[in-house]
Amino acid sequence: MRPVSYSRVADVGTAIGTVSADPESAFLAGGTTQVDLMRIYVEQPHRLVDISDLPLNQVEELPGGGLRLGGLARMSDVAQEPAVVRRYPMVAEALLLGASPQLRNMATVAGNLMQRVRCSYFRDVAAGCNKRTPGTGCSALDGVNRGHAVLGTSDCCIATHPSDVAVALVALDAVVQTEGPAGRRSIPIDDFFLLPGQTPEQEHPLTHGELVTGIDLPPLPVAATSRYVKIRDRESYEFALASVAVAMSVAGGRIAEIRLALGGVATKPWRARAAERVLDGAPATIEAFTRAAEAELAPAVPHGMNAFKIELARRTMVRALEEMAQREGTA
Amino acid sequence: MKSYQAIRTTPAPDSAVVRGPGEVEVRLRVNGATRTMSVEPRVSLLDALRDRLELTGTKKGCNQGACGACTVWVDRRRVLACLTLAISCENREVATIEGLADGDTLHPMQQAFLDADALQCGYCTPGQIMSAVALLAEGHAGDDIEIREWMSGNVCRCAAYPHIRAAIRRVRDEKGSGDAAR
Repeated sequence: MRPVSYSRVADVGTAIGTVSADPESAFLAGGTTQVDLMRIYVEQPHRLVDISDLPLNQVEELPGGGLRLGGLARMSDVAQEPAVVRRYPMVAEALLLGASPQLRNMATVAGNLMQRVRCSYFRDVAAGCNKRTPGTGCSALDGVNRGHAVLGTSDCCIATHPSDVAVALVALDAVVQTEGPAGRRSIPIDDFFLLPGQTPEQEHPLTHGELVTGIDLPPLPVAATSRYVKIRDRESYEFALASVAVAMSVAGGRIAEIRLALGGVATKPWRARAAERVLDGAPATIEAFTRAAEAELAPAVPHGMNAFKIELARRTMVRALEEMAQREGTA
Repeated sequence: MKSYQAIRTTPAPDSAVVRGPGEVEVRLRVNGATRTMSVEPRVSLLDALRDRLELTGTKKGCNQGACGACTVWVDRRRVLACLTLAISCENREVATIEGLADGDTLHPMQQAFLDADALQCGYCTPGQIMSAVALLAEGHAGDDIEIREWMSGNVCRCAAYPHIRAAIRRVRDEKGSGDAAR
């Protein structure tokens, strides 16, 4: 790790002012991404600004019935917050199916959204990677790409977005609250994650020094009947090969309301809008679930070793919807 | 949980105290004692414990947050010392395997690991024990499935997992030891 200087700040204004004034600086919160990537020279800031003491670690009721997750709330704390468990179970489930107990005790929910990809070429400074060093090519296109994305890819980058909880947040239409040198912004979460396109180095629409202060969960009654299904190589402490966040209500055998998003298969947490269109008002049957999954995956592009993910994602979607419908039917 | 109240802040000029990048004096509370050392801000809590404070019970396995061998407690929560900067632990309580025993009397979890033969090479054991004691304090040891899930952050390449679970069950089932974490 390169030498780095350190400051600890106590208020949001100083945090933003300090980082935005120094292009070589970075925020430090849980450190699970920042310290890791500094140690392998993927990130080399000259100065760290520790924001762990900022008063942004609460889960708060919003006027109108939503919840605000403070940006610095730890994954483990949010996962066991009763209001989250009761009103947004897929958020709690996604948090608990991610990382390990130790990492969840360290990592913040804002840091979770800001984490970098786990592509082995991104993490290897000797390899070409357009995301890490624009213009050096994508080693994953013809490399070991079993874990890579089949949706939202470009000829510049096929790295999978690694977050679990972001998948649930995308299904919910959460809103990311930021504060930066130019003031406050509210960014719909689907716009917070950028597709790689020709600029994979740009992952978020944030300016340097802009801080994620909170994540707002909108009031959404259907979210109380939701779940997160994650398929991976081992049952715990592993990233998703395919995952599904689903919230659904059924009335008279037909789907009254549906929210669906995919993880592990796309370059950003993937809202499954094509599948939602098929399912909206459709009978809650395996046939409809299969048609919806196939519609979502129609534009999927395999890259050699990850071709299996298309079928795996289809089956994971159908299973998640089936289990959701069974639970709804017996409720 | 409290109700949300908007607090408007404005960016302040760069007024934060800058420490480093050279060595700076860092004061840590480790196992109840205050320890002062001179380290660069980039030094991990793991390296500070092992190389500066000679607390070598905490092990360096992967050094990238994948194995759990470096598990310690910061402010009573189990965390990974390899991904924690030592300087960021000022004003926090750090606890390591060396602080677990009461004098010459082993912590019940340490004794249970011996009794249940819950190790082979022993390299992951300090991390396993720090995680296991926290696991009981968290209330995540209801059955073997739960223990397995909530111990998944501690990898054992000797695969002593069945005996590690047996040791945890033993402490769990001893009366009054469920809150053994300090």
